[in-house]
Amino acid sequence: MDLQQRHHLRISGRPDGQPMIFAHGFGCDQNMWRHVAPAFEDDFRVVLFDHVGAGNSDSSAYDFDRYASLKAYADDVVRIVTELDLHDVVFVGHSVSAMIGVLAERVVPERFAKLVLVGPSPRYIDDEGYVGGFAEQDIHELLDSLDSNYLGWSAAMAPAIMGNPDRPALGQELTESFCRTDPDIARAFARVTFLSDNRADLAAVSTPTLVLQCSNDVIAPVEVGRYVADRIPDSTLVQLDATGHCPNLSAPEETTAAIAAFVRATEPEGAPVGP
Amino acid sequence: MTQHESAREAFFDALLDDDPEQLYDRAPCGYLSTSPDGRIVKVNQTLLTWTGYERDELLQRSFVDLLTPGGRLYHETHYAPMLRLQAAVREIALDVVRADGQRIPVLVNANLEIDEAGEPVVVRIVLFDATERRTYERELLRARQQAEASERQARELAHTLQRTLLPPKEPAIPELDIAATFQPAGDTLEIGGDFYDVFQVAEGDWVAIIGDVCGKGVEAAILTALIRDTLRAVVVGMHEPSKALSALNEVLVHHETDRFCTLVMVRMQHGAEGWTAAISSGGHPRPLLIGPGRNREEVGGQGPLVGVLDAPEFRDERVALRPGDALVLFTDGVTESRDGAAFYGDARLREVLGRPFESARSVVDAVFEDVVAYSGGPTRDDVAVVVMRVPERS
Repeated sequence: MDLQQRHHLRISGRPDGQPMIFAHGFGCDQNMWRHVAPAFEDDFRVVLFDHVGAGNSDSSAYDFDRYASLKAYADDVVRIVTELDLHDVVFVGHSVSAMIGVLAERVVPERFAKLVLVGPSPRYIDDEGYVGGFAEQDIHELLDSLDSNYLGWSAAMAPAIMGNPDRPALGQELTESFCRTDPDIARAFARVTFLSDNRADLAAVSTPTLVLQCSNDVIAPVEVGRYVADRIPDSTLVQLDATGHCPNLSAPEETTAAIAAFVRATEPEGAPVGP
Repeated sequence: MTQHESAREAFFDALLDDDPEQLYDRAPCGYLSTSPDGRIVKVNQTLLTWTGYERDELLQRSFVDLLTPGGRLYHETHYAPMLRLQAAVREIALDVVRADGQRIPVLVNANLEIDEAGEPVVVRIVLFDATERRTYERELLRARQQAEASERQARELAHTLQRTLLPPKEPAIPELDIAATFQPAGDTLEIGGDFYDVFQVAEGDWVAIIGDVCGKGVEAAILTALIRDTLRAVVVGMHEPSKALSALNEVLVHHETDRFCTLVMVRMQHGAEGWTAAISSGGHPRPLLIGPGRNREEVGGQGPLVGVLDAPEFRDERVALRPGDALVLFTDGVTESRDGAAFYGDARLREVLGRPFESARSVVDAVFEDVVAYSGGPTRDDVAVVVMRVPERS
């Protein structure tokens, strides 16, 4: 199948620039990067995509068995990188896509130049000696929450409900596509996301990595961000003033500046955290 | 103006002049404002009463702190991004946790106020008590899940039943290459009416049947089983397919249903000269004969639908098959498969069959793949194809 259609790939910026891939997290699509990605189009070849099953991806390519683990999402990233023949890639992953990037880097580390992990969490559920922030019960509650919210969100209804007559300027394209996910796929993706455990993968990352940590992030608390930065050998932790889990939307300038400082630096900058 | 009237007027004036503070605080909904990053800056009395918090307690918190952990996940992954991207969210179902730990199901509407410079200023959030609605929705959800489960079960049952009506796989016939395919109509719970059967009568003596029962569903399945069993019984000692069709016709006419079928029956007999096929059709598209030097012509004696007339006349046509010859039996799901308003048609089928083939399977696959390509996805009707081919002598 056509890669472009499968992932609703959108490529912009300098055609000969260093490739920079932005990956969205659970619950959203590539629109999450609309206030950040354009800032890199001057120097970089910017690649935006939707995970299969999200946004405007080809949801007929979604297979419940295949996408039962984050590995499948990572394989999709690898496929994008190899089919577009990208080298020296800067990968920016938000939320669950941070770990998807980590897994992709483990497959083709030679293709990656830098990783930027925004609000990463290698495991959301508490474990012995590890605080992820959630209990398994909480994840089931999220699934219930998805169910009760999709109840009124049938495919036909979604555009009408999400359309905002008060602010037509926000654009039809956005209201129609944003967060529009098949309820069954959303449930499956939620399960894969929040029940995953990728702690063991962190130490194997060889690419220089920036961990962007928000303040008061209920999904990925500061301790978790620190845990990630401690485990990835060549990594830097930057704490943002931005609060919540989506600094790419709530504080795009600060987020952009932090990413730019890391990816535009020709020499490795700052003292790497960790062993 | 009477005293009564002026009192009335004063009363309505007072209503119109209702203190905005009272309108806010005593609104029949929870109402709060937060900074763009979610910190609560203002909250009405109704919400305080619902939640059992003191005003000061809430003013130190974020809106997400009022939610369940699952609700927080939903808030951060859906609600907050949507609010940022669209400046509003509507009818979000969440649970608010009261000071005593109890939960109140609410529906949330929120607006993000943006100033002239495009900077977010404040978020206004209204919460409606949705306790009873949520209970009702849970029932709806359960009902939907049950319906979906039943549908899955019905579909499985239909497909299982349909499979039992078809031979599990083509029999191995000495010196005859045979292949078949059957594809039930896409996206349907019902059992379609197409069927085929291939069975042995004696050594070097075989019968192949392909047909289409009028209608769908369980009744069609029952009739299919009846037709198959009747034909298997009557062909013993009855060499002409036309006679077998007459016998079947009598059974169907006297059967309690008023359903009928179309059918092609081929009797394949192997003698010193090779294979001979005796073919009779009852209202069914006649098989095509393909092979070296053959013109893809229709073969078989023609007759009416089976199970309608009291004394129909069926005919046989005999064809001596040469090495490389193949008989292509099919149902109208092939020729009547659709691309919008257009039909696949006989001409296109003949075109596909014009290629050279080396096996019965390659013929079946070529036809089936072309039909699927033509209809651009699952076919709307059952599609069945059976091909019998005499191998070239090696």
